[in-house]
Formats: sequence, C-alpha cells, structure tokens
Amino acid sequence: MPLDPVVATYLDHAASTPMRPEAVEAMVPFLAVHHGNPSGSHAAARHARRAIDDARDAVAALVGCRPGEVVFTSGGTEADVTALTGAAALRPGPVAVSSIEHAAVLDTARGLAAQGGAVVELPVDARGQVDLDALPADAAVVSVGLANNEVGTIHRLEAVAARCPDAVLHTDAVQAAAWLDLPALAAPAHLVALSAHKLGGPKGVGALVVRDGTAVAALLTGGGQERGRRSGTQNVAGIVAFGVAARLAVEERAAKADRVTGLRDRLAVGLRAAIADVVETVVGPGGDRAHVLPGHLHLCLPGTAADEVLFLLDQEGIAATAASSCASGATSPSHVLAALGVSDEVARGSLRLTLGWSTTDADVDRALDVIPLVVAKAVA
Amino acid sequence: MRVLVAMSGGVDSSVAAARLVEAGHEVVGATLKLWGGASDTGCCSVADVDDARRVADHLGIDHHTFAYADEFETGVVGPYVAAHAAGATPNPCMACNREVKFGALLGRAERLGFDAVATGHHARVVTGADGVRRVGRGADGAKDQSYVLAGLDHDRLGRVRFPVGSSTKAAVRAEAAALGLGTAAKPDSQDVCFITRTDGRTRFLGRRLALTPGVVVDASGAAVGSVPAVEAVTIGQRRGLGLPGGTEPRYVVAADPGTATVVVGTEADLRTAGQPVTAVGWAAAGSTLDADLVWQVSAHGTPRVGRLIGDEVRWASPERRVAPGQALVAYEGDVVVAWATAAPWPNRSGPDDLVTSSAAPHHPDLRRSVGRRIASESTPDGSAGPV
Repeated sequence: MPLDPVVATYLDHAASTPMRPEAVEAMVPFLAVHHGNPSGSHAAARHARRAIDDARDAVAALVGCRPGEVVFTSGGTEADVTALTGAAALRPGPVAVSSIEHAAVLDTARGLAAQGGAVVELPVDARGQVDLDALPADAAVVSVGLANNEVGTIHRLEAVAARCPDAVLHTDAVQAAAWLDLPALAAPAHLVALSAHKLGGPKGVGALVVRDGTAVAALLTGGGQERGRRSGTQNVAGIVAFGVAARLAVEERAAKADRVTGLRDRLAVGLRAAIADVVETVVGPGGDRAHVLPGHLHLCLPGTAADEVLFLLDQEGIAATAASSCASGATSPSHVLAALGVSDEVARGSLRLTLGWSTTDADVDRALDVIPLVVAKAVA
Repeated sequence: MRVLVAMSGGVDSSVAAARLVEAGHEVVGATLKLWGGASDTGCCSVADVDDARRVADHLGIDHHTFAYADEFETGVVGPYVAAHAAGATPNPCMACNREVKFGALLGRAERLGFDAVATGHHARVVTGADGVRRVGRGADGAKDQSYVLAGLDHDRLGRVRFPVGSSTKAAVRAEAAALGLGTAAKPDSQDVCFITRTDGRTRFLGRRLALTPGVVVDASGAAVGSVPAVEAVTIGQRRGLGLPGGTEPRYVVAADPGTATVVVGTEADLRTAGQPVTAVGWAAAGSTLDADLVWQVSAHGTPRVGRLIGDEVRWASPERRVAPGQALVAYEGDVVVAWATAAPWPNRSGPDDLVTSSAAPHHPDLRRSVGRRIASESTPDGSAGPV
C-alpha cells in the first residue's frame, strides 16, 4: 500500500522521501499546541528551545560533530549558499567546485564568478571523482558533494582535503545523509549541508554544520538566532521532526542500506536484462555499484526522450524523474551527465529511479513489469 | 477520443482545452518549453507554464511540460538565423508549426497513445468534396491563422483539432471569463517569440552572426545611405536606411549580405510582374491548379491574384516583391490550396541588373541555383520548405 495514493509506485526518493510517521507524530504538537518562540525566556519559549536543542543533538550525532556546530536552515539550498558565499566572503582566493555539484552550489559559484571572483569548475572522471590536478593549490574554498543527486556517485573527500589543506572544504551531504556513515566520510569537510526531507523529515528545514574554528559570514542577518550564524525564528516543528528523522537514520542506517541495496540491485539487473541497449550510468558492464548510493539507479535509454518515458510511467502510476528539472517542470539538459562524458544523444533518454526506506519488493516487481513495456512504447 | 492539447498559457488554448473537456474527450494538457532565453512576447516563460497549469487544474485535466528546446533550435531558430545570413526574411512561426507543434509534438502524441493534437489556433480543418482535408480560415478574420498553418497536409490534418477556429476572439474571451479561467483577459501574444522587443532582431542576430554593415545605393548605383546589418534588412523596408528626407518614398528592393549592398528604389521599382518561388506544395497531393488563385504573402496581408507557372507566381498585375524566405499561400475561397516560399531574384547584387515591373524575364538557370542555395541553408536537415 503506497503512502501517497496518487502514486502507486514511488521511485523518486532522491527528490523527496516520505516522512517517517514518527517524525510526523513528533512535529504535530509543535504546530497544534506548543507555540513558543525559542528565543524568549518564559516557559513556552524554553519548551521550544529544549525541543530544538534535542534535535540539534540528533543531527550532530548523524554528522559526528558537536551540537554547537549545527546551524539550522530552511533547507539544503540555504545551507549550500551560506557555505559558499559565507566562506568566500571571508577569504581571498579562488573558489573551486566540482562540475557535478548540485545547482545550489554550482549556480552560487557562478554568481561569485559573475561578481569578479576566481572560480574553477573541476572536471570529474567517469565515476564522478574530481580531477585533483585541476585543484588550484591556493584555493580558498572548495566544494565537493559527498554524493551526487542525479547519478548517486559517492565522492572521496580525504584526497581533496589533502590536496589543499589550507582551503575551507564544503560538502553537500544532502543525498548522502540517509545512507552513508557521515562521521567517517564527511570528516574532512569543514562545512556540511543537510536537508531534512531527503531522510524522512519535512520539507523546508535543513542544516549547515560549521565546524569550530571555521568562520562563515551569515547569509541572513537580524535577530541573531543560531548564534548569529542564521537569523530568523527557527522552524520549531520542522526542526523537531528533522531531529527524529536524523535519529532514525543513525539507528537504521546499516540495515536500511543493506536492504535497499538488494532491492536496487535486483531492479538494475532485471532492467538491464529486459531492455536492449540500456546503459546503467556510472556503472560498468560488470555491475560494480560500490561507488553508488544504495537507493540510486540511473539509466540512459537510447532512442527515447525522457519526457515521453516519464509521461508513460506517470500514466502507469510510477513516479520517477529524468534527474533534473527546471522551474517550469520541463526536463533540461543535465550538466552532470555532460560532465561525466555522457553524449547528449544518450542523455536525452535518461531515467533516474531512486529507492528509499518505504520501497518494497512489490514496488520493484511492478517496476520490472512496467518499465520495459513503457520503454518499448517510447522507442516505437 | 484521447486528445493532447498544446496549452501556451494563453486564452485561446485555454478555451480549446475547455471545449474538448466539455465535449467529453479524454484530455491532457501540455506546455512546450521551446526557449530558455528571455522573452517578453508571451511565450514559454515560467509564468506562462504556470498559467497553463492553473487552467488545467481548473478544468481537472493533467498537465505536463515538454522540453522542445533542442527541436526549436534545430528546426526554427537555427534556420531563421541561417536564412537571415543569406539575406532572406524567414517566417519562424511557420517553421515552428511545421517542425515542432505539428512535427515533433504530433509524433510524440502518437507514441503516447493520443488520437489527436489540439491547439488554440484560429483556423479550421475543411474536408473538400474530393475527400481531402485542407486548412481553412478561422471564423474571426482579424485573428485568422490559416496562413501560418499552410503546409499541413491531409494526413496531419486528420490528427489535428482547432477547437476555437469556429469562434471569434471576443467569443473565446467571453467563454474563458464565464468559465472563470485565469487567462481570460491575458493579452494576445505577438511578434517572434524568441526575440524580445527590448532586444530586437538586429541585436539577436548579432549574437549569432558576424553582421555585415552595408551601403545603400539607388538604381543608378549611387550611395545614398548605410545600414549596420544587411542581414536584418527586408525587401519593402522604408525605415532605418540612413536616407535623407525630402524625396519620394524609397523602398528596399534588394539586399545582399554577400556584397554588403542594399538597393533602394521607388514604389514602382518594388513592383514586379512575377515572384520566383521555391518549395511549392499543394493541399491535394499531385494536383496542380493551372488557374488564377488568391495569394496572401503575409499573415493578414491584402490578397493578390496570381497564377503559379513553374517556379514563379505570375501576378495578374504588378505587385510588390516578397522578401525571400516569406511564405506565399494560395486560397480558394477560405481554404488553403497551395503554398510556396519566396525565392530571391537571380540578380540581387547590383542596380544594373535590377528587375523592375518592366524588366526583362528572369534568367532561369541562375535563379534556380540561388533558390537551391537558400533552401538548403534555411533547412539544414534537408526537408526543404513546407511539408
């Protein structure tokens, strides 16, 4: 039984994964009953403040940082923009970003370049790893995502950090947080961006981890909330639910990753067997997916147009995406696929299937039944 | 019937969708995202997509956005620029209808299981006594769009619906208002959608071409003015030529980027007994009408009488030249029966060869070779001219 009755088979968890019922339950009292402003001093304010700090502890445990290093934001985009502009504002020197960063990072970097800053977009290899030789030795700020949102590649940060030890290293861990051991893998980063709705929390809340000793200029100024690093009254209910989702992510991470990896592999192997000429992006013929997030399966379907495949899947009640959407809802050419060396012609038929905590065996069965038929129609 | 309605976010396609729903069809709306750049002419903006989506929500139908930027670039904008580079003045709206709306989209609709594609065009599909479907004029003469749809043949017209073609614009707006559609009072779109009014054609072309500054000469060959870009000059143009005042009106009668020359002449010089054409098509395949037909050479231009002989339209009496690349559309009554694309005169470059209404016959070999050159440049995929 799907969570959302408008979709029978939901395979777009990387866009947004359903909220954990525990997270919904935890946030409701902070909408319905507890309305205090956490910046006040009375009992209602203290109650809200306590709830936020409990959530801060949970997010800190997810990342492996101190609670005081967690700055709550309105989401992953705000965290990325704060990290990039806030770090660059205080440091002279080039900004270097991976060419397959999320648009929140890439467009912000291009904005810095348009204002006269030196910005380098780092090429990546076919598995998404940045070309370390392209990293300027004097880089002041470097941004390399921990895992890519479109194709799911996991990126090694130690080598990047070792290459420019004096730079501030930011990592967008929005996609990675639901799956990877952040205390180990994100450790080289001074700044870490998170989003609640990618791990079972609500939309509209996220966090930027700012490690002690790393100064970042605030994007939002005003009342001085979040220790002056992000002004504006906190989204208390959202943060509470984020905390619950973070706690569950830590508790269930290993078992969930194992289970979903099994489902994803079955889907990948089945679709590769059923669809002629299909290309599993960033994965070789041998099917080695150790460098890909457990929930990600990115395919290129030669001879199809992504819009048509998505339309037909939607008619069948299967939710998926071509991996990147512009504000109008139309698919747009993927900068990620281009950077990975995928030809425009192949990229036209891209299909991103992403699984998550609520994905079942039955979802995979149905996808294996329907997707080959849809692709055959779209090629005809 | 399962119908895919192309919704631009304007009032006509909104009402087209509403009428199809009212008629009991299974309707899905789609907005085509054709252009990523700036547009102030009411086309393809995020706001237009939003308007279309809200109308679809109101009507209770699904709405999708289809990315056709590649097809639009290859089939419309690229050929538009190439044609200007060759000194022609193409009609990109016709190319868009041919290549995108009733080309790529019609093919997609078939793959997605639709029986027809509907648009908000003010035109009709008319089936003649011979069983052949032809494009007919919309009921609102001032809004008639049959000209830009010329070239749709019998087969395609069988899979096309124009639900507002039988109504006046005022009736369409009234219906939209009565239905509570948010687009009821939205202004009509106009001009070329990918060229903004603030930017203009010359600057648009300048970003894609090395523009050629040109000298303006009169029939005697004397330099009388200058233009910043010969590629942006159109036959029949009067303004922007740097001409001194005080003479009788002078018009562009020839423009050639190759020689950086624009030739001006009097209104009489602009007139010609015959118009060379290329890419001739007939609504009833295989048929040719060896008779006087009524021709339109712009979307709402005054009709002229002429007869198609070989690759020339012979006017009943001298008519103004048509800029190469523009469409000539022939009607019988309110029905499109033939179409062609204006070709350049063989001797575009110099005043000595200037063909006037009283001049000698054209040199056929040279004319054909120039015509082929333009045709191949304006449609690089090889599908020269209207379908």
